[in-house]
Amino acid sequence: MTQKPITLVDYGMANLLNVARAFEHCGATVRVVETPDDVLAAERLVVPGVGAFRDCLDELRRRGFDDVLRRYVDTGRPMLGICVGMQALFDVSEEFGEHPGLGHLPGRVRAVPRQAVDGAAQRVPHIGWNHLVQPESGRDWSGTVLEPFVGQRPAVYFVHSFAAQPEDPADRLADCVYGGHRVCAAVQRGNLMATQFHPERSGEIGLTILHRFLDI
Amino acid sequence: MGDPQAFAIRYYEAGADELVYMDIVASLYGRNNLSDIIRRAADRVFIPITVGGGIRSVDDARHILRSGADKVAINTAAVARPELITEVSRRFGSQAMVLSIEAKQVAPGKWEAYTDNGRERTRLDVLEWICRGVELGAGEILLTSVDREGTRKGFDIDLVRQVSAAVPVPVIASGGMGSIEHFIEAATAGCADAVSMADVLHYNRIPLEAIRDAGRQAGLAVRSI
Repeated sequence: MTQKPITLVDYGMANLLNVARAFEHCGATVRVVETPDDVLAAERLVVPGVGAFRDCLDELRRRGFDDVLRRYVDTGRPMLGICVGMQALFDVSEEFGEHPGLGHLPGRVRAVPRQAVDGAAQRVPHIGWNHLVQPESGRDWSGTVLEPFVGQRPAVYFVHSFAAQPEDPADRLADCVYGGHRVCAAVQRGNLMATQFHPERSGEIGLTILHRFLDI
Repeated sequence: MGDPQAFAIRYYEAGADELVYMDIVASLYGRNNLSDIIRRAADRVFIPITVGGGIRSVDDARHILRSGADKVAINTAAVARPELITEVSRRFGSQAMVLSIEAKQVAPGKWEAYTDNGRERTRLDVLEWICRGVELGAGEILLTSVDREGTRKGFDIDLVRQVSAAVPVPVIASGGMGSIEHFIEAATAGCADAVSMADVLHYNRIPLEAIRDAGRQAGLAVRSI
């Protein structure tokens, strides 16, 4: 197997180690970058993120990543956002006030509902395993990172209190259902893709998804 | 018992949803030697890992998280200095701050929190302490019944149910697993979000696959792998 290089953006807001280990397990060589200079040279870029949206965006901007990420996305090369790294792609987040995101994808990041559809209180953060389902658009997973799971409901690991609501239904790649509500679990537009769940913590299914990202 | 990594890989492959490492004598001896074990496990295990035992500071938590853990479970140091809960959750997120509770029943429907693996009493009422811990930033509760731990007589269902109803964060029931029925009872009657088991697996008394199958048949949300 040829080693495929990925570039991992380190802006101090994620546990990069486990993302790096998971990619290495899939046969990738991982380069971690702490400054924007090396981003544009990446063949495949991964942007993880943990914590509060505003803290993550502040750090991305303070370190000068926002502009270079925009230019990278424009190149059309593959990029994967994970968790807050997914939320950051959208226009705005409602976590602790309103905070602008990077605006690569139209839509808002909003709180996971604290009430199930039937009115019962439900746990937030949404922590644990949940199944991916096709979005209401019926978007086909063929040709995406979820291709190995066409016709299935793969279980993946979530930890989040907020979730993106893409404005364009065509960006939505997968949902999960939490308390009867559909929650956006993954998006993809061209080679820009992102997961709300943690593929690096989702066992063999998560590794399969990372593997597919390397094959794009 | 053997190499912890061999156990970790076995459980990972058998479909465990999460691994919990507890160094139960760490507080007693003031040592913190889990990080090497965690580092080795994290190379091969791609599910969430929670680590408890001897974590006394934000620096200790950082060290454990950098080793590959996703969450730290803290009991003794949080009782001694509750602000630690806030410090850890502010720095790493509340999802990484698990409040570990050792509950001992003192009267019907009443439990006292203990530390140091059930050796030291705190005079804290378990329900009050847990509610305070959640206010301070704990994102999850690892709830161990000192009375049931090691007995194989089943979880303290009344305790689990009361704690689950009292807090908005996930509750992991621990201590007492002896049969598949105990697991199902904790998740149904106890309303536990997750169930922790140790020696029932370590000594191969019940295969993890059988526990998962039975849970699925009982209608619990057990993932397919």
